[in-house]
Amino acid sequence: MTLPLIQVTGLTMGWDDVILQRDATFHVDRGDVFAILGGSGCGKTTLLRTLIGLETPMGGEISIAGLGHPNLDVGRPPFGVMFQGGALFGSLTVGENVGLQLEEWTNLPYEAIGAIVRAKLKLVGLDGAENKLPAEISGGMKKRAAIARAMALEPDLLFLDEPSAGLDPVSAVELDELILTLNRVLGLTVVLVTHELPSILKIANRCVMLDKDTQSIIATGDPRELREGSSNARVHEFFNRVPRASA
Amino acid sequence: MRVKHFVVERLSNAEGIALSLRGRLTFPEAGDIWTEVRQGIESVTRGEHVDFDMSHVEAADGGSMALLVHLRGELAARGVVADFIGAGENVQALIHLYRGDIQPVRRRKRKHEGMLNQIGRATSEFFLEVKGVLAFFGDVVLAALGLLKEPKTGNWKDLLPTMERTGADAVPIVVLINFLIGFVMAYQGARQLKEFGANIYVADLVGLSVTRELGPLMTAIILCGRSGASFAAELGSMKVSEEIDALRTMGFGPIRYLVLPRTIALMLVLPVLTLLGDLVGMLGGVLVGMTTLGLTFGAYLSETHKALHSWDVFSGVVKSVVFGLAIALISCQQGFATTGGAEGVGRRTTASVVSILFTLILLDASFTMFFHAFNL
Repeated sequence: MTLPLIQVTGLTMGWDDVILQRDATFHVDRGDVFAILGGSGCGKTTLLRTLIGLETPMGGEISIAGLGHPNLDVGRPPFGVMFQGGALFGSLTVGENVGLQLEEWTNLPYEAIGAIVRAKLKLVGLDGAENKLPAEISGGMKKRAAIARAMALEPDLLFLDEPSAGLDPVSAVELDELILTLNRVLGLTVVLVTHELPSILKIANRCVMLDKDTQSIIATGDPRELREGSSNARVHEFFNRVPRASA
Repeated sequence: MRVKHFVVERLSNAEGIALSLRGRLTFPEAGDIWTEVRQGIESVTRGEHVDFDMSHVEAADGGSMALLVHLRGELAARGVVADFIGAGENVQALIHLYRGDIQPVRRRKRKHEGMLNQIGRATSEFFLEVKGVLAFFGDVVLAALGLLKEPKTGNWKDLLPTMERTGADAVPIVVLINFLIGFVMAYQGARQLKEFGANIYVADLVGLSVTRELGPLMTAIILCGRSGASFAAELGSMKVSEEIDALRTMGFGPIRYLVLPRTIALMLVLPVLTLLGDLVGMLGGVLVGMTTLGLTFGAYLSETHKALHSWDVFSGVVKSVVFGLAIALISCQQGFATTGGAEGVGRRTTASVVSILFTLILLDASFTMFFHAFNL
């Protein structure tokens, strides 16, 4: 039996006296496209930030690739991250953003770095944007560039925060296709936070759903099955876009 | 005369009060609706019942309905049960939209924070800030030690551009300000010295003041405004747009990558700018000496040479290195502590400039006392 790529056990997270989730336990297998779902304010992004080591859990354990909770102060983490707005460095060109880690963490010659950067940008549909500054490209292109940057060092695992938020429907679908391609062709495991129902149903094979009121995970599994057969009222409301009774 | 399109009539019955509303309830007349309905329900007391009779309302809009629902909520808070009755289909839909058909929820009054609580919160925030500052400085020391151990891990390629931005680009303003400082000081001193026939000592006055105090301090203040504010705003923007988080997830220590190049750059450029400031400050004195005191350039230069010792210049340079360190560290720390979007960036940039100015004055006073104590 293969070990899960990410194992989360009894995770409690929040800050000061605010608890967002208590005792959360789930795992992500290699090759999964794993979605973290839930309504606004339930702690989806905080969970993602906790998984990648930007936040410290209040309790419980996280292990990524059997290495424990990532310590970002020591060495290079074994994953790539795409932040919601892209978080590209504004003073660097798109190509320099993608090449930054290659310069830092490899001893590749300049020409080879350039070749990899161009290949990554082509992969995400941004060939020709290498010398543009982030301010000169659209929101969708920024997200693609951020994915290219996250993939620069060939990680097995990608974390994506709201990849299709703020994109027009066509760009959102294109980004979904890109994520699926990366998952299928390169075997990348993808963990993403999203609200976008069509996107979840199209690309995710497993998910966890967080609930703000109970501060817990209320569903785990295949999102398509959860849409069809969940007996939990909140899960039903979410997947079938039903307003809450009190709304 | 303004024509009113509605009527509010107060009727009493066995169960309580009925407020009959008629006509068109529209937002342009919302003020009048508010006043008249309020007057109608003013005297209602706990336990009574009020019906808002809407059966003769021809039309209503969102703004006026929002007010009516609010007034119903006010009544509920006073223990009065109030309902909308007899509304037509359209008006009823509007009542439903504004939650006028459900039991009003009593809003919990926000508790006024007492003085002790405020003091406690401010104290706790102060100590958290201190903790953050100490943690940041600790991280900087660790990163600097790491850099000393492995110099090739430094972000050296950012050093020269940062030095150009903070140093070379600041030359015009440093020259102008220091020249004017020397000029003004000589001018002020000249009037007094002339009375005693001690014109030549203007060179001593300007030379010593500029090299020991004003040159380093004014140059540091200029760099605080230019580079300190710029560092804080730049790093603050990076923080709120998650660029610093992105750096961390890519395995780059943000302190090593962003803070150390800026700190080293300022510690290198500030002494050079200070020496330049000293020079042009003294030239300001020369101009006053030659134009208003009748001194020759040679005499002024010779007197300056007699009055100044190498330590006078060097002490200013020592100060400027420490000032550079303080400007870089405080501005970077404030940038890293930024939260809350554009407003947070502005707040931290302001805090950065204020803290740096305060620290510069404090450091300058400490240096002066230290040099005085050791006869330096």
